[in-house]
Amino acid sequence: MRHLEHKHPRPIRWMHWLNVVLLSGMIWSGLLIYWANDVYNVRVGRRVLFHFFPDWFYTGLGLNARLAEGMAWHFFFMWGFALNGLAYVGYTLISGEWRHLVPTRKSFREAWVVVLHDLHLSKVEPPKRKFNAAQQFAYTGVILMGGGSLLTGLAIYKPVQFAWLTNALGGYEWARLEHFALTVGYVLFFLMHITQVIRSGWSNFAAMVCGYELSAEVPQPMTVVRSPVVSQETHLEQKVAEDAKVEEAAELTPAK
Amino acid sequence: MSTTPVTSPVDPEQQLRQMTRRSFATGGIAALVGTTGLWWLKSAKLDDGISWPLRKVLQFNERVSQAYFGPDRLAPTFDISRAREPRVNGQIGLKKSVDLARWRIDVLSPGEKLVVERSLPMGAIHDLPRFEMVTEFKCVEGWSQVVQWAGARLSDFIEKYGHETPFIGLTTPDRKYYVGLDRASAMHSQSLLAYEMNGEPLTPGHGAPLRLVCPLKYGVKSIKQIGAIQFANHRPADYWAERGYDWYLGH
Repeated sequence: MRHLEHKHPRPIRWMHWLNVVLLSGMIWSGLLIYWANDVYNVRVGRRVLFHFFPDWFYTGLGLNARLAEGMAWHFFFMWGFALNGLAYVGYTLISGEWRHLVPTRKSFREAWVVVLHDLHLSKVEPPKRKFNAAQQFAYTGVILMGGGSLLTGLAIYKPVQFAWLTNALGGYEWARLEHFALTVGYVLFFLMHITQVIRSGWSNFAAMVCGYELSAEVPQPMTVVRSPVVSQETHLEQKVAEDAKVEEAAELTPAK
Repeated sequence: MSTTPVTSPVDPEQQLRQMTRRSFATGGIAALVGTTGLWWLKSAKLDDGISWPLRKVLQFNERVSQAYFGPDRLAPTFDISRAREPRVNGQIGLKKSVDLARWRIDVLSPGEKLVVERSLPMGAIHDLPRFEMVTEFKCVEGWSQVVQWAGARLSDFIEKYGHETPFIGLTTPDRKYYVGLDRASAMHSQSLLAYEMNGEPLTPGHGAPLRLVCPLKYGVKSIKQIGAIQFANHRPADYWAERGYDWYLGH
């Protein structure tokens, strides 16, 4: 019989979904601000390939002439975005979840296997783990980007009080461009993330909401499932209990 | 999640379905509460052009900024070779041509009634020690430009002609454009009453004969064609703050 596997701890699920709202709010209010001075292009030499953004984009989304409103929202959401992000990093560090998320030296190779596999260029299956190396790079990278947004944002929000930071980022105008580029990065991350979530199917998605997923493999038929919900905590409790017994036994053994 | 053992074996698929349903219901309620909260935030009564809770957030941010504010921290300065003419953006309250000889800067005393204490000619400003600086002029719209300025320190002016009030208001002669400054920003060594830009006397479009340049704030605070300076115990009116922007706008 398949059993339930605990996949995403509750705090991570809440912070993930809260971040969806906060980051969307930051990007939307950021666009209201950017509209007032929309100078960035993608260029090859002098040829403008894409202008951020064409008029239809602003009119379509109703972003025109709302700078004051955008600033007020941006400087409201920033607190939530920063606190939620710090809480997430803090939680992953304390809980040990970071071990699933942070890539190691071996991850480069594995991430390449994942990329080839997902592009149907190779039949080599990526290892079945909570997060494969490509995911580890993506999820750790996007957290670093979040940190980058906070720093570049602070550098353009308070460029005198934090002049050292603004200077370190190359000055006010560079910091503004970096802040914008990171936002483009989130959009690219989002597109990739959504694509992969759709490819992975419903149960993977639902696990981000309820935390559990059915195990893929079928355990031995005779296994008695002690608890319908075998969480990591249970394993830990058992382990601690076993360790305690061993210690007890050791104490009872008379010294020679 | 609960780890209590159950007595009867349960079909894990059924159990997952139940848990998923419950989690989606919780999520749905959370989304509903969140949406209601944001909708309320958006449509609450306006306080100077922005919903009042958002205005409160701006004021909270201002208190945080002021707690961190260091009077000795300076806006970065640049080599003069980088100085260019900034855009002419604000035209509100500006005269097309000004008569330098007849220009007066009224000093208004604090109090309920606006009383003109002094009416100073431009000479009074030129008599104050002259300072030059090359700083970045940062517009609230997002563009910026390195500009060279020359003028008197607002702090020198305040010490000579002013009062120790927590706020200072500046207006154009017709009072059509007006800004308010907190004392700390007004007394900052880089807050200039400027009469020259990039080595030339100011043009009317850039605020002749006298404008404020405050690199600690967005450009909207750097009022052009100053006609009156008011010392105030309460927050002076501010043109853009009445139109949804933050009053403080401090960098």
